[in-house]
Formats: sequence, structure tokens, C-alpha cells
Amino acid sequence: MKTLVFLEDHEGKLQKDSLGVLSKAASLDSEVEAVLLGADVEGLAGEAARYGAKRVHVMEDVLLAKPLPQPRVDALETLIRAEGFDTVLFAATVLSADIAAALAARLDAGLNWDLTDVVLDDGKLVGKRPALGDSVYIDVGWTSEPRLALIRSGTFEPAESGGEADVVRFESRLQDFSLAAEMVEQAHEESEGPSIEDADVIVAGGRGLGSPENFALVEELAKALGGAVAATRAVVDAGWYPYAAQVGQTGKTVSPKLYVACGISGAIQHKVGMQSSGLIVAINKDPNAPIFEYADLGVVGDLHEIVPKLTELVRARRAA
Amino acid sequence: MKIAVCAKYVPEAGGRIDPQTKRLDRSGEGALNQFDVNAVEEALKLKEASGEGEVVIVSLGPARALEAMRKALAMGADRVVLVSDDAAAGSDLVATSRILAAALEREEPELVLFGQQANDSDGAVLWAAVADRLQRPLISQVAELTRENGKLRGKRQTEYGYDVIEAPVPAVVAVSDAINEPRYPSLKGIMGAKKKPQETVSLSDLGMDAGEAGEGGSRTQVYALNDPPARGDTVKIEDDGTAAEKILGFLLEKKAL
Amino acid sequence: MRPSDYPPPFSADEFVAPPGEAEIEVGVLIVGAGPAGLACAIRLGQLLEEQPQLAERLGDVPVAVLEKGKQPGSHLLSGAVVNPRSLRTLFKDRLRTGDMPFSGRVEHESVYFLTPKRSMRIPTPPTMRNHGNYVASLSQLGRWLAERAEEAGATILSETAATSLLVSDSRVRGVRTGDRGRGRGGEELGNFEPGSEVHARVTVLAEGTQGHLTGVALERFGLAGENPQVWALGVKEVWRVQKPLDRVIHTMGWPLRAAKRYREFGGSFVYPMGSDMVALGMVVGLDYRDLELSVHDLLQELKTHPLLRGLLEGGERIAWGAKTIPEGGFLSLPRQLHAPGLMICGDGAGLVNVPALKGIHYAVESGRLAAEAAFSALQPGETPWRRGALAGYDESLRSSWVWQDLKRVRNMRQAFGRGFWLGSGLAGAMTVSRGAFPPGNAGTESDVDQELIRGGASKAYPAPDGTLTFDKLSSVYLSGNKTRDDAPNHIRVRTDVPGELAEMWEHMCPARVYEAVDGGGLEVTASNCVQCGAISAKGGRLTPAEGGSGPEYTNT
Repeated sequence: MKTLVFLEDHEGKLQKDSLGVLSKAASLDSEVEAVLLGADVEGLAGEAARYGAKRVHVMEDVLLAKPLPQPRVDALETLIRAEGFDTVLFAATVLSADIAAALAARLDAGLNWDLTDVVLDDGKLVGKRPALGDSVYIDVGWTSEPRLALIRSGTFEPAESGGEADVVRFESRLQDFSLAAEMVEQAHEESEGPSIEDADVIVAGGRGLGSPENFALVEELAKALGGAVAATRAVVDAGWYPYAAQVGQTGKTVSPKLYVACGISGAIQHKVGMQSSGLIVAINKDPNAPIFEYADLGVVGDLHEIVPKLTELVRARRAA
Repeated sequence: MKIAVCAKYVPEAGGRIDPQTKRLDRSGEGALNQFDVNAVEEALKLKEASGEGEVVIVSLGPARALEAMRKALAMGADRVVLVSDDAAAGSDLVATSRILAAALEREEPELVLFGQQANDSDGAVLWAAVADRLQRPLISQVAELTRENGKLRGKRQTEYGYDVIEAPVPAVVAVSDAINEPRYPSLKGIMGAKKKPQETVSLSDLGMDAGEAGEGGSRTQVYALNDPPARGDTVKIEDDGTAAEKILGFLLEKKAL
Repeated sequence: MRPSDYPPPFSADEFVAPPGEAEIEVGVLIVGAGPAGLACAIRLGQLLEEQPQLAERLGDVPVAVLEKGKQPGSHLLSGAVVNPRSLRTLFKDRLRTGDMPFSGRVEHESVYFLTPKRSMRIPTPPTMRNHGNYVASLSQLGRWLAERAEEAGATILSETAATSLLVSDSRVRGVRTGDRGRGRGGEELGNFEPGSEVHARVTVLAEGTQGHLTGVALERFGLAGENPQVWALGVKEVWRVQKPLDRVIHTMGWPLRAAKRYREFGGSFVYPMGSDMVALGMVVGLDYRDLELSVHDLLQELKTHPLLRGLLEGGERIAWGAKTIPEGGFLSLPRQLHAPGLMICGDGAGLVNVPALKGIHYAVESGRLAAEAAFSALQPGETPWRRGALAGYDESLRSSWVWQDLKRVRNMRQAFGRGFWLGSGLAGAMTVSRGAFPPGNAGTESDVDQELIRGGASKAYPAPDGTLTFDKLSSVYLSGNKTRDDAPNHIRVRTDVPGELAEMWEHMCPARVYEAVDGGGLEVTASNCVQCGAISAKGGRLTPAEGGSGPEYTNT
């Protein structure tokens, strides 16, 4: 295998999911290489090495300063053709998804996305991914090389393996059409906390809260956990919380790493909006609530007592 | 301005994968992909704002997709071009983008719009592949689109917040479902839809041969279907006053904090 | 206490309006893309083909069909075992039975009487013999008929509800369609699209059970018969199964209770759909009295019976739905089915043979006859709104086999409540006497007039296990219902009602629209509604929801 991992950086730091993919790639290919593209990114090569890269290819160019996909496609095409990589992995983000798909067209290469695992099966690379709203899992593969893959966010944890890497600078011509799009305003961290679609942690409230005022309990816990607040259809219908926060069949679909459901019965209309969450913790005073059938941790009790206590404990833990 | 909207015909609610072919069973009822309706709406808004232009729906699908595309015509789109060819069945991203690019080149639109994702493949990111083949600038995930001085200006949301990207036409833009609330077709619109031009073309009409599409033209494959991994048993506890501590312990154990 | 003590805030007058500016003009307007409406459209297409000058005179759109569901079939649900007779007539010399989307011929059938653990085979009552009939999904049949109707030149407008009847000079001029894009409080949202006035020379109401404009028209034109209509609620599931079923099955007895005070009449059906699917359902008359009765949960209970459990073992529930069936039969038919510019067909008119549980073939025939009457009334020299111009429809219906069929079984229901399932001896007697026995017209009581009792029906309902038995919200999900949450409430029902009435509605509704609130009152989650019509029979009143909302049935 000759593997390349695309490393994404944001505000001077390597993105966690990129490092996770790199760590995983290193376990499949001990000679895995990485690529850094940007205006001032060479300094990140050391970190890439620590997470498993044996060689880091760097292209620095002011034209790569903004996180736009198309110039990066040109750079990667140059690198991949020159070095002959047979496998190129990306941690899925808005940026990398655009890059990977365009690269697939450019190289006439297969792209599998939303992978939640990659394995070597008798020398054959196999990707695993959910499909049809997570109701079925499929094993996918490639019929040619290079093999391109987008790994679902949060799949692999970064693992340091120590080590050094060669740093190799390279250059590439960037096409006119690739440079035609201009970023006139760049995003910065939102001050109100993550939106529910991007949040790693969501605390959601349902009818069991009893009254709209009790959403404060949900908000406090969300703040303590650094997450976003969501609501069920029933409470949004009742006007307790805005529709933008509604999760479910007729609201948003989310898949955070942690979903804490407070006072939510968990009927299927809600379930389909959050069932692929990494961990589901449910607090409800009704022991027969459907949510207890698919939660990872189900707590039968009074949320009005448990939630504030939990918030305190989390805050204390974070402060320590 | 001529605007082409790439729209997809997707199986109705849910859909299932045929265990034999390992492909999505598209034999049942289908409809115009909900996210593409946002793209159609945006195209119509742009047309109305400028007072002139044409909105063409371009789709790759089975013959009966034509009926589903009529919803776009009922909303106000002007024409549908459907690429329908048995040889195209089973096309992956590489093959599909090749076919769409060929169909779009035939139309020469100034702007190509895509919807956010198809509910049958969750994040195909087709627009980036098509933009590359057409050699046009791309703006994706657009939640607000305006046109100023011959340039397109898209406000888009990423993991980090909002960017604003400008690109000259001709361009490719993929809109998110936050961009608009699609209109309901009027009764007159529904009735007029049937009379609007609806063209079905084959691969050879696009100058493509069968090997460039379908499984032969694809570069990925599906090996097997499996049940989703079991979530594992629910750990159920009753609060005896220590529930909060137990939850914390659980979160720490699972490294969720 | 009876549901009729708390009538809903509804008056037919609200849904009748004088015509204004026509936004759309059509020749014949058909409301409802079900078997009756589509048969009417198809027959009209055939007739107009032979008279192109008339087609031209009718304008750009000679025949239009309005359908409130997302597409034809979305709101269609039935058992169903179809008698192909009227479809053969409709497609004579054009299509054969083999071309129709049936899933199989009925080869064998059995009727069972159930007790909690056993099933006893009883001889099939003669009224229920299904030899020569076909099993079908009405939803699929509807979709297929819609394609034939479009081929015949009809324009089908889906996601379009007909909300008001346009009437002037005592004649029907067309309908007003419903607004779309209103919010919960009726306010206009960003994508608000007002309804349109559709003017037509002839309007045919083929809305199915509890048809909205049908109810309005019957009242406005004084067309109702002597006896009120009564309904049954059917709740149905489609399952993918491991073992093929080789017969059509009907059951009676358990889980319904025989004691007279409960008035629980009905039974179940189990039909094979091809070799790998089965359709099953529970049908119960809505004149039941136990406020705890839930047809949805009776179906769940039914599935736990050994006869059914074995059949469904290893299978998967793939569809669910619910719909009411008019059960008054002949004696509850309106006294007249036409008015100037208007005709009423199908289930909306009540054309259902209750003992045989068949109505689809009558719907098709009535639609066909309506088409012929419209065609005559549109001939040069005739005007369709002249008093009596459409009387030919009633005349042809009365002299048809539809009328004879219904008349022959007319006393069965009245004598035995819901005459769905009859003891074999009695059935024989009635058949032999061609309906003359028992004598007289026993009259009908309205479903809303039944005194409610608490009979403990819910004790026996199984807790949903998610594999064989399910809860109502899971069922609603499987109906494909994706109605937007902020849609206006289309259900007229009093919410300031005694706890028991609220509870009755809570159990009654298969889609969990109603919830009794602790301390009195009723909560209504209208977006769950699958528009089955049960509420209209039991104290409330459905009006048309926003076009395109409600269930999206595909194989019910």
C-alpha cells in the first residue's frame, strides 16, 4: 500500500479528525504519508509525524491561504500522479468532501464516503459504511487505483505513535478555473456555541420537562458539556422552544457523539432524527418509555433533580 | 441567464437495498429529491429577480423519473432533460458525474445548481465532481445566494461558521436546504407542467458509449450488506439519589467527556 | 353520555360559496382519484375519443381529477379482494384481466371463528364466496388506474384538496381548492399559495368514505336518505412473510366480544399478496360502546393468536394504514345521487356490500355510469345543470346489478348490527329469501348516538414488542405520514369535553391524534392524522387537510 492522508488545518492547528484518520492509516500502512496545503503550514509537519506520518508533503502558496477546495484538487493531482499513491484518505469535512469528489473525477478514481471503518481483507481494502438512514451497513470497495475515501467525522481517535518524518516540499500549477472562486469573508468560531447539526454533544428536552421554563435545565447542562440544545416535536408544537432546534422526522437529523435526552419518550418520529448518535443517555420518569429500548444508558428518575446535579458534577469535573 | 438544476429521482420513503444486485431497489415509487426542490426554488427566484432566463432541469434516471420532474415544471421550471439509458444503471460518482457533465455541456447553462444531498445516498457530493469536469468555479453549502455585477455571492455554512465566497459565472453552486422555503405549485402550474418540453436522451445522444457509464464506468463497488452493528444492551438504572454520579461515571468510562 | 351530546363546530354552509372568477375551467371535474373517480375519467376519455368535437368544445381540459393525496394511491386503502366484473366492463376490448395489477386470484378461502387460543373453521357464508375474485392493493390499483386515465386524456392534479362547493342558482359550478402554506394559526407563511376556483360543467364527487364535499352536498341539496350512514373502522398492515399464504382468510369472534352490551361487530381479514407478502386487518363497526376500544390495538392483539403468529413468524411489517368503510348498505343510501351539475359515486355514496365487504367494483361501475350520464348531459342541445339532466345517472344506477346486489343484502346489517360476519344458518336463510327475511326495515342508529360505557377493553391489549406488535406512533410513521407540524388543524372537534369522551377518542383514533388531558380537556395533534374518517363518525368532523399531507400509502 502507498497511502496518503490529507491533513486539514484550521487557525493554525491540525484538525482532530484528520489526525484520527492519520492514526488509523498508520495502523494499516506503516509507511503512510501525509500532505499539508496552505499558506503557512510547514510548521505542522512535526505534529503529523507524531501521529504516524513517515513523510509529509508540503505545498505552501499564498493562493492556498483560504480553505477553498479547487486549488487543492490541482495540488493533490500533481502529488498523487508524481508519487503514485494507491490510497488517499480524507477526514470528511465540508472542504475535504468537495476536494475528494472533484479529485475522483479528475483522476477517474473511485471515491467511497461516509465510511465508519476501513479494513484490509486479504490485501483488499474494504470500507464499511451505513446506508439508508443507518438501517443497513454495506461493505464497499474500489475497482481501480488510486482509492479515495472520506471517513465520517469522529470515527477514529488520534493516537500518537511518536516518530519523525521527512518533509518534502512540492509545487503545482493551479488552474485558472480553480482560482476563480474567492473567499471574501472567512468563518470564525461562532460565539453562541455549535449548531445542532455540527455539535458533538446535544442535550435535548421533551414533554417530560413539564413546562417551558424547565428548558433552562437543559440549557445549563448543554453549556456545561459544551453542546447544543435540541427539542422534540411535542414541545416545539407547544411553543416551548423554537423549530430550529427540533430533532426528528419532521425536524433535523443529528448524529452527535453524545445525545442526552431529558423527559423524552422517544417515539420513532424522534428516534429517526438521532438514532445514529454515538452515545444515547436518556432520563425519564416513565420506565416504559420507548427510548429505553435504544438508549445506551437509561435512567428512570426525576430529571428535575438529576439534571441540575449532573450539570454541577460536569462543571466541577471540567474545572478540575 | 440560463440555469440548469441537477435533480435526482429517488425512491419514496426509505427504500431498500436489493440483496441480489446490492444496489438500491429503485423499482418502487419515487419522487423528486426533496433537497433538489430547494435548488429549483432558488433557480426560479434568480430567474424572477432578473426578469429573464431559462430554468432547465437535468436528471439522470429511469424513464418514469420524467413524471417526478414535472413537479419542478409545475413550480415554474421551463424544461426537463432526462438522461435515461439502461447502460447507466449502477453508475457511481465517477460515472454519474461524467454523464451529468456531458448533459450539461450540451445545454451550456451559465449556472448549474445542485441540492444538498440525495436521501438515497447521503452526501454524494456530486457537485464538486461535476464542477471539476466542467472546469467551473464551485460554491457549496450555500444558504444565501445573490448575484451582483455578474458575480455570484454565496454565504455558506461550514463546521466553523459562515464563509462568503464569490465566483464569476459560469459557475456551479450547491445549495443547502436552509436557503429557501420552496413554493407550492399553483393549480395552473400543475396543469401547465405536462405541456412544457420534456426531453429524454440516451448516452449516445450525449456522445458517450456504454462503457463510460454503469458498472463499467464506475470505480467503486459494493461487496456485501450487513445488519447495522447492534447498539448493545441498554444499561437501565433507577435513581436512588445517585443517578447523576452514575451518569457521570458512565460518560467518563465511555470517554464522552 | 353519547358523543352526539358534544357536536363539533361544523356547518355545511361554511363550505358552500358562490362562484367568483374562474381560475381554471374544465369540462368535467372529478373530485377524488380513487377507483370511482378514475373509472369515471377513463370512461369519459373513451367516450370523448369517439366524439372529438365535444372534447374540443369542453376546452383545454375536458376531464380533470383532483386528488388530495401526494399522488393517486397515497390515500387509498382497502383489504382487498376485488370482483373484476366492472373493471372488465370498463376496459372491454381494450385490456384484459391479466393486464390489471392484481396480486393473485383467490384459489382457496377459509372462515374461522376464533377464541383466545383456538380457531374453528366454519363454512364460508354464501355472501362471502370469493371464487373468481382477485387480491389487490387498492393503492397500487389506484396508481395504475391513474396512468390509464392520463392515457385516456384526463388531467390529474395531485396534492389538491377540494374544500368548498361552488353553487349558484341551485346548481353546482365547480369547487374551490384548498390553500397551501398556512401556519398553525391560519396565518399565511412565506410560501403561501391560495386555493383556486375550478369551474366545470359537471362535477363528480368520488371522495371515498366520509367525503367532505359529499357530506356538504348531501346537506345542501337535501339528498340524504331516511337512515343515517354508519361506519366501520379498518386498520390494516402489510407484512413480508417467510411462508407463503395459499388462501384468503376471514375471522370472526375473538378478540371482539359477543355480549350484546358491547356492540362489537366485525372481524379480520388475511389476504396473500403474491408469495412473499400478506395483508391483514381488523374491521370493527364504529357503533361500539366501550370507550376503551381501540381497533389499532385489537389488530395488535389479533396477531398474537396462534393462527396469525405462525403466519407472521420471521416476517417484517412493511406498511400500515387505516380507513373507515360505510356500512349502512342499501338502507343508508342517499335518496338521490345527483343534483344540477353534480353526481356522487363510490364509497362516498355508501355503495358497499357489507356482508361481502366489497365496494371497489361498485365504485368502478358507479364511476362508469356517471361518465355516461355526464356525456349525455353534455351533448349539443342538453345542459348538465338543467334539473333532471343528470337523472340518467340515478336511473342507470338503479337498474344496474349494483343496485340489485345491495338490495339483496339490505337487511342483514340492520338485523344483526354490523352484518359483517354471519352465523352460517342465518346467512343461508337470508340468502335463500333474497333479503326478504327478516322482514321490515329495522332502522339504523347513528354511531354518535351510542351510549358510551367503560368495558375494560384495553386490559387485553398487548404491550408493543416492536417485532410482532407495535405502538400507534410507529404505525403512523409506517404510513408514510410526513405532514408538516405547523400545518393548520383540519379537525373540527370540541376540546372542552368530559374526560370519558376524550378518552374514547384517544383509544378510537389509530393515529394517536387525540389525547385526553389530565384534569379534563383534549389535546389534538392534527399532523398525525391519516385521514381515516373515524372521528367524523364518532363526534368530530374531518375537513380537508392541506393538499399533499396525510399518509403516503403505496401498497395498502
